[in-house]
Amino acid sequence: MNGRRTFLRGFVSVLLSGGAIGGILEILPSKADAREVPPKGQKWYGFGVSVDKCIGCARCMEACKNENNVPREPFFFRTWVERYITRKNGTTVVKAIGPNEEQLQEAASDKSILRSFFVPKLCNQCASPPCVQVCPVGATFQTKDGVVLVNEKTCIGCRYCIQACPYGARYLHPVTHTADKCTFCYHRISHGLLPACVEVCPTQARVFGDLNAAASPMSRFLRMNKIHVLKPGLNTEPKVYYASLDGEVR
Amino acid sequence: MGKFFERFPDPLARLIVVVLALAVVGVVVVFGLIPESMMDVKAQWADAVKREEARPIKYAGFHACAECHEELYDTKKKGYHRDLSCETCHGAAKAHTEDPDKVKPEIPAQRAFCPQCHAYNPSRPRGFPMINPVAHNPLKACASCHNPHDPKPPTTPKECSACHGEIARMKAVSHHVQLACTKCHDVPQRHKVSPRSVRPSKPQTREFCGKCHGKDATDKMAKNAPKIDLAQHGEKYVCWQCHYPHSPEVEQ
Repeated sequence: MNGRRTFLRGFVSVLLSGGAIGGILEILPSKADAREVPPKGQKWYGFGVSVDKCIGCARCMEACKNENNVPREPFFFRTWVERYITRKNGTTVVKAIGPNEEQLQEAASDKSILRSFFVPKLCNQCASPPCVQVCPVGATFQTKDGVVLVNEKTCIGCRYCIQACPYGARYLHPVTHTADKCTFCYHRISHGLLPACVEVCPTQARVFGDLNAAASPMSRFLRMNKIHVLKPGLNTEPKVYYASLDGEVR
Repeated sequence: MGKFFERFPDPLARLIVVVLALAVVGVVVVFGLIPESMMDVKAQWADAVKREEARPIKYAGFHACAECHEELYDTKKKGYHRDLSCETCHGAAKAHTEDPDKVKPEIPAQRAFCPQCHAYNPSRPRGFPMINPVAHNPLKACASCHNPHDPKPPTTPKECSACHGEIARMKAVSHHVQLACTKCHDVPQRHKVSPRSVRPSKPQTREFCGKCHGKDATDKMAKNAPKIDLAQHGEKYVCWQCHYPHSPEVEQ
């Protein structure tokens, strides 16, 4: 009898103290899962991509590399364009196109092509970003306007975020040895300019703006198109919205 | 104090002293020695945002160009290139806006430049103006016929394929290769001048295709065309809901 009482007392006190420690350290699950509603009356940036309009000219990749000093080597990209070719036998080939690269010319007579199109890709600036969750030093973070940035002063180059990003949007900068990725051209948008890729896109396949704005190219894009995001099942809540996205695109 | 430790066996007492000492050192290091800026992630983030905002801008944006190049801007505004930013072709020009005389943006005159957008590529969206850079007036500079600020064909094209290249190329390898465009489309002359406001006609009925493909077709070109019974074959639909007339899919 006495043993059971002692056990219960000990058990309850362990539970309570665990809760208290959790509360102090802010690791309670309810806190971590709480989803932040896009704050009203404040910028909350989003990006739109019209797959139907992309002509695969790679001006965006070129401009991005210029604007953000991305290394010229063809495997470092903050934004890139993928070319999809789905054939009648059901296979789909995906190839990232390169700027100023002669693209292979399938003849119009190639009857085995069922459909083919370009898909621009970039960091999805997720509302609940996995890269931020995994960063062991808090070097990558979300600004109050919803852009995920990397603090290159504290990044230790462990590549954990590069692994964690389901969209392959990050790379390790070969000079600074820190993680790098699209910032929506944060230095431009904070001065009221458009991101460089949106600025140069000749067909308006890329749209950028504040999701809270009542009337803007971005809110019109969301209103007038059927919208999809990449890998919605991962609950990363991307803020790069795609119009006319093919099911093959992941 | 000595009394306190006498209550424990000697090794345990030493251990307690060591642990306490470590705890004190830990507290001193964490709260005393490490600077606040290394501990406070929020401050680091604010710093990072400031650094990010201060990065140099290289693309000035099209408003900046319009301030001086008003005339070109107005020309461009009315042409097919109206949605293009100047820097799409001329490259980053922020440096040029700061020192217009010293830094000049590039003028991409080489023939390889325009095909980056306008070379034929089956992945490009339907209707986008595309050419075959090998066959299209070889070796001539694009700008010698087309004004890049107001691009349009230099002369009224005689052939439909000048604008509808994709359809022409597709038709050229299809069973309909022998048919002229005008066999099915009535093309008003004005269509060649204002292509969007005056449009060619399109066949409207099943009977139109039936003139060649009907069971008892009389058209003299239709001798070898596949024949169907209009009353039986896919009666609910018009022909082009299943068959693409520029490249009919039925294989014999």
